[in-house]
Amino acid sequence: MAPHDIRRPFKRAAISDQQKRRELSLLRQAQNRRDAQQQARCLASSILSLQSAAPESQPEQSDTEIETVPESEQESEAFSKDLDVRQASKLRGPEVRKWFARQLMLPEWMIDVPDRLAQDWYVFARPAGKRCFVVSSNGTTVSRQRNGSILHHFPSALPAGAKIRDGSGSAQSYCILDCIFHELDQTYYVIDMVCWNGYSLYDCTAEFRFYWLNSKLEESGACNAPSHYHKFRFSAVPVYNCDSSGLYSAYTGVGPYAKDGLLFYNKHALYQTGNTPLALVWKDENCSQYVIDTDGKGEIPSQQQVVLELQDDRKLVTSDDPPVLFGCLDGDIIEKSGLHTGNLLRFAIGDGGLSFADGKLEKADLIYLGKSNRARAFADSYSKVLFQFMVRHSPLKIDDLLASINSANDQEKTPSDIEMVG
Amino acid sequence: MEVTQVLLNAQSIDGAVRKNAEESLKHFQEQNLTGFLLLLSGELVSEEKPVETRKLSGLILKNALDAKDQQRKVELVQRWLSLDGNAKSQIKAGLLKTLSSPVSDARSTASQVIAKVAGIELPHKQWPELVGSLLSNVHQLPVHAKQATLETLGYLCEEVSPDVIDQDQVNKILTAVVQGMSASEGNADVRLAATRALYNALGFAQANFSNDMERDYLMRVVCEATLSPEVRIRQAAFECLVSISSTYYEKLAPYIQDIFNITAKAVREDEEPVALQAIEFWSSICDEEIDILEEYGGDFTGDSDIPCFYFIKQAIPALVPMLLETLLKQEEDQDQDEGAWNIAMAGGTCLGLVARTVGDDIVPLVVPFIEENITKQDWRQREAATYAFGSILEGPSPTKLIPLVNVALNFMLSALTKDPNSHVKDTTAWTLGRIFEFLHGSAVDSPIITQANCQQIVVVLLQSMKDTPNVAEKACGALYFLAQGYEEVGPSSPLTPFFQEIVQSLLTVTHREDARESRLRTAAYETLNEVVRCSTDETAPLVLQLVPVIIMELHNTVEGQKLSSDEREKQSELQGLLCGCLQVIIQKLGSSESTKYLFLQYADQIMGLFLSVFACRSATVHEEAMLAIGALAYATGPDFVKYMPEFYRYLEMGLQNFEEYQVCAVTVGVVGDICRALEEKVVPYCDGIMTQLLKNLSSNQLHRSVKPPIFSCFGDIALAVGEYFEKYLMWAMSALQSAAELSTHTTGDDELIEYINTLRNGILEAYSGIFQGFKNSPKTQLLIPYAPHILQFLDGIYMEKDMDDVVMKTAIGVLGDLADTLGSHAASLIQQSVSSKDFLNECLSSEDVMIKESAEWAKLAISRAISV
Repeated sequence: MAPHDIRRPFKRAAISDQQKRRELSLLRQAQNRRDAQQQARCLASSILSLQSAAPESQPEQSDTEIETVPESEQESEAFSKDLDVRQASKLRGPEVRKWFARQLMLPEWMIDVPDRLAQDWYVFARPAGKRCFVVSSNGTTVSRQRNGSILHHFPSALPAGAKIRDGSGSAQSYCILDCIFHELDQTYYVIDMVCWNGYSLYDCTAEFRFYWLNSKLEESGACNAPSHYHKFRFSAVPVYNCDSSGLYSAYTGVGPYAKDGLLFYNKHALYQTGNTPLALVWKDENCSQYVIDTDGKGEIPSQQQVVLELQDDRKLVTSDDPPVLFGCLDGDIIEKSGLHTGNLLRFAIGDGGLSFADGKLEKADLIYLGKSNRARAFADSYSKVLFQFMVRHSPLKIDDLLASINSANDQEKTPSDIEMVG
Repeated sequence: MEVTQVLLNAQSIDGAVRKNAEESLKHFQEQNLTGFLLLLSGELVSEEKPVETRKLSGLILKNALDAKDQQRKVELVQRWLSLDGNAKSQIKAGLLKTLSSPVSDARSTASQVIAKVAGIELPHKQWPELVGSLLSNVHQLPVHAKQATLETLGYLCEEVSPDVIDQDQVNKILTAVVQGMSASEGNADVRLAATRALYNALGFAQANFSNDMERDYLMRVVCEATLSPEVRIRQAAFECLVSISSTYYEKLAPYIQDIFNITAKAVREDEEPVALQAIEFWSSICDEEIDILEEYGGDFTGDSDIPCFYFIKQAIPALVPMLLETLLKQEEDQDQDEGAWNIAMAGGTCLGLVARTVGDDIVPLVVPFIEENITKQDWRQREAATYAFGSILEGPSPTKLIPLVNVALNFMLSALTKDPNSHVKDTTAWTLGRIFEFLHGSAVDSPIITQANCQQIVVVLLQSMKDTPNVAEKACGALYFLAQGYEEVGPSSPLTPFFQEIVQSLLTVTHREDARESRLRTAAYETLNEVVRCSTDETAPLVLQLVPVIIMELHNTVEGQKLSSDEREKQSELQGLLCGCLQVIIQKLGSSESTKYLFLQYADQIMGLFLSVFACRSATVHEEAMLAIGALAYATGPDFVKYMPEFYRYLEMGLQNFEEYQVCAVTVGVVGDICRALEEKVVPYCDGIMTQLLKNLSSNQLHRSVKPPIFSCFGDIALAVGEYFEKYLMWAMSALQSAAELSTHTTGDDELIEYINTLRNGILEAYSGIFQGFKNSPKTQLLIPYAPHILQFLDGIYMEKDMDDVVMKTAIGVLGDLADTLGSHAASLIQQSVSSKDFLNECLSSEDVMIKESAEWAKLAISRAISV
C-alpha cells in the first residue's frame, strides 16, 4: 500500500481543447438530429393543417380593414402556416417536393377570357426562369424550386436574410417571397409576397400584396446590386391594371428580363396555395419562347403529350381539385407495366383529339407512352392540357384579350348610358 | 512437475528457458487447475523454498483470481467459485499460515492473495470465519505476523465493499487497527501497517463515525499518529485525515481547530511528503465546500443533506498567510519539469481553491503580500506575488478584482517581456491568461481591454511566443482566452486588425525546433483553433486562406518515409493536431453559406488526406480525423456520397474499434452525420453499418457509454432511409426492446441513474427515428406489433419518476410520433395506456420550452389519431 498520489493540475486549463472539440461535435450532432426530427414533425402537422383548412371564398377586404384587425388574431391564424414554410424550407426528400409544390399559388392556364378583366385584374410579363419560393430567416436565405430542391442558399438584404447584427428584425422575423430566378442577370424577380418581416400576407388581397411588395422590397435594400451580405439582386416586376394600355405595355414592353408569357392576377384574390383560377397564365409566340410544350430533348413532339394520374378503377385524371376524368386505362397495360394507383403516366393525344359536350370534356384520344419523369410531383392540370390543345388547334390570341377588354368597356358604358337616359 | 525449478526458470534471464517454463506452467494450469493452485499455495507456504519462487507462486495465484479486463475477471471469479471446496480450504489455510512466515515478501504476497480470495468469497457468504481467524490472536502474535495481519486487513478493506462485512466484524477490524496505530504500539512497522489499513477501512466506519465517543477516539489516534517520529507514519496519518475530510466532512467541526494547528505545523516544519498531505487536507475541504455551495447556492434549509460549515471562511485569517509562505518555496526550473509537484505548487493550488470557496474575502488578505513582493529583487518574491495574484482571479467578484487588474495589467505586460527570470515570466503569462479567462468577455460589464491597450496586449503575447517553450506555451494560453472573450463580440472583433499576424505567429510557433517541449505545439494549435472559432465574418477570407496552409502541413505528414518509432509518435501527434484544426475550420466555414461554398472547393483534397491519415495507427488521430469527417459530411451534404466508397472501410474499422472506445463512439456519431447528409443515398452502406452496430450492442467488451449513441444512430439511419429500414426492423426492435426492459427501472448511484437516462434517451431517439422514417409509407403497419411494448416502456419510465428533462422531451416526442405514424391503429392503445394522459399533461405544463414544444406536437398527433 503505497502512498496515494495527490498531484493536482497545475497552471493548466481545466478542459482540453480536444475535449472541447469532441463536445462541440456532439452538440452539433444532437442539434442536427433534433432539427431533422423537428422538421419531420412540422412537415406532418403542416400538411395536416393545410388539408383541414379547405380554401373558402372569403369576403373581400380593403386595406384599411386589414389594418384594423387586431394583430394577435391575424397572427394566430397565419402564424402556424408561415412557420411551417420556414421550417420546411430546410427539408429534403420526395415528401418535401410534393409539399412545396403545394405551397405555391399556381396559375391556371387561360382557356377563356375572364369577365371584368380591366376592372378586377392585373397583368404583368412573367420573367423567364425558375419559379421558386425564397425564404429568409435566421440570418440566411434559401430559395426552393417547385420540386422542393434548393436553388440557392445565400445571404441577402431581406429582413433576417443575412447574419448581420443591425439591430432590426427580431428572431421571429422572416420573409417568404414568390419569385422567378432569371439566369441571365442573376436576379430574383419577385412576383408575389407571402410574408414580410414576420407579417403574414397570405390572407391579404393581391392588390394589397403588390402595394406592399413595391414599397417594402425597395426599402429593404434587396434591390441593390449584389455585395458580400447580399449575394443576389431582387427586383419587383412592373404590374399593370389590365386595361388596354396595361395589357399593351405588358405584352410589348421591353424590360430587363426575357418574357415567358403574361400573368393575370385577380386583384381581390388572397394568396391561395395550389391551382387557382384567380391567377392565370397566357402565352403566344411573341411573348414566350415556350408556347408549345417540348419533350425531354427540347423538341416539340408531333403529338401533344399529357401527364395524368392513375386512380383506382383505372381512371386517368388531372391534378385539379376535384380531378377531371380523361379516360380509363386498359387493364392489360396496368398489369404488363406493373402500374399502381397514384402513378403518373404520360400519354400522347391521338388524332381523335379532345371532344367536348356542353363545355365539358367528353372524350380524349389517349395513347399510353409510359411512366412520367420521376421528378414530376403532379399530373397536368385540365387548363394546361386544354391550353396546349388550343395552341395547336385554335389558339386564344392577344387580339381576343384586347377585344374582350374593349367590349367590356362598351358594355360598361351601355348600361350607364341607359341609366342616364332613363 | 518439479515446480520450484520451473518457477525459477520462469524468472531466468535466458529467454528460451523462460519461455519454456512459462509454457509448462500454462500447460499444467490448463490440464489440472486445482492441482496447479494447490501446488502454488504449497510453494508459497513452504519455508524451505527460495523467496523468489514463493513470491512468483503468490503472484500467479493472484492472477488466477483477478484481472483488469472486466469480462476476464468475471470468468475467473466463476472459475474459483466452482473449484473443489476441500482444495480451496487447503489453499486458504496455506495462505493464512504464510502470514506468520519470517520472510517478509512471502507474508506480503500472501496478504494480497487472501484479500483477492475474500473479494470473491465474502460477497457469496463464503469464508465467514476469515476476519475472526485473522483477529483471533492478533495480540499474542509476533511482531512480523501482527504487521502482516494488519496489512491483510488493509488489503481486505480495499478489496471488498462495506456491505458484505457486518458491523460486528467491522468493529473488530477497527479495534485491531486502531490499537495497532496507537502511540503505545512500540513497533513502527506495525504502526505503519495499521495506519495504512485504517486508510482503507475508513469507508467501513460509517456507524463508528456517528458515535461521538468512537469518533473522538478514532480522531485522536489519527491526530496522534501525525506526530509520530516516523515520517512514513506521519504521512500515512495525514492521508487518513485527507480521506476523512471528504468522507466525513460533516463530522469535522469539533476537530477542525486542532487539525489546523497540526497541518500548519506540518506545512511549515515537516518533510515535504508530509507537508504536501497537510496542504492537501485543506484543498480537499475546499473541494467539499465548493461542491456544497454549488449545489445549494449558499441557500441552506434545515433539511439539506450536508450543510456547509464554512471551515475555510473561518480559517482564512490563518490559512491564507500559511499558504502564502509556501509560495516562496519554489524549486529552480520547476516549470520545465512536467512531473514536478512541490510545496509551492500545492500551496498555490490550495490558495486558488480557497479563493473559489470564499470569494471576495480573500482579496484583502492577499493584496498586501502581492504589493510587498512584486517588485522585490529576489525572483522568488516576484514569482510568489504574481502566482498569488493569478490564484485569486477565480472566485472573487469582478467588481472586486477589476480595479486591481486595471492597476496591474501594465505591470504584468511589462514583466512578461522584461523580467530577467524565466520562472517569473511563465507565471506572469499564466496570470494574464487567468485575467482574460475570468475577467474579459461579454459577461463582464466594465472591459479591462480597451482600444487603447488591445494592440499592446497582442504585441506582448506574440513576442512572448518566441520565449522559452514553457513561457511561450503560457502566452499561447493567454491568447486563447483573449480570443475566447471576443466570441460574442458581434460582426466586428477588436482582434480583426491583428488576425493575420496572430495566425502567422501561431504557425511559426508550431514550427519551432523545441515545439514539443512543454506541449508548446499543442498549445499553439489549440489557440489557433480558438482564434478561428471566435473569428467573425470580417476575417472569414483569412480563415479560408488558412485552409490550404493546414492542408499542406497535413500533406507533409503523410508523405511516406520510413520513420523511427519516436518519429512516428511525433508524426501522429502532429496529425492529430492538424486534423483537429481542420475540424474547427470546417465547422466554422461550414456554418455560413457564403463561406461554405468557397470552402468546399477544398473538400476533395481534405477528404483524400483524411483517408491517408487513417493509415496511421494512433487512436487520437483516428478520433480527430473522424470528428473532422463528421463536420465535413455536414458541410458537403448529399455530395458526400462520392467519398463513401473509399471511406466506408475506415468507418467500419472505427465501429469495430472496441479497445479505443472513444474512436468507436465518435464513429457512431459520424454515421449519424452521414445519414443526415446522404439521406436515401446511404442505403448501399446500411447492411454493413447495421450489422456492425448490432454486433457492438451484443458485445460485452464494448464500453457501455457507446451503447446509447448506437441506439440513437438506429434512429438516424431509419429517418434517412425510410421504409428501406424494414429489413433491419426486427433486429433493431429486438435489441431496443431488451435494452428498454433493462432501463425501465433504475437502482443504483447517481452515476448509474445518469447512464440509464442516457440509455433511455438513445432508445427513445431510435423509436422516434423509426416511426418518422416509416411515416407515409405503405409499410407503417409493420410497426403496429411493437406499439404496445413501446407504450409500456413509456408507462414504465414515467412511473419510475426519475427521468431527466432530456429523456422527458424525447419520450413525449415518441408518443407523438407513434400516434402520428400509426394514426387510428394507435388510438385505442394510447387511450388504454396507463399513464399517457398524465404524462402528456405533465409535459404540457412543463417549464422547459423543449418539453412543451414536443408535448404540443404529441397532443396534436394524438388528437388526430383519435379523431380519425
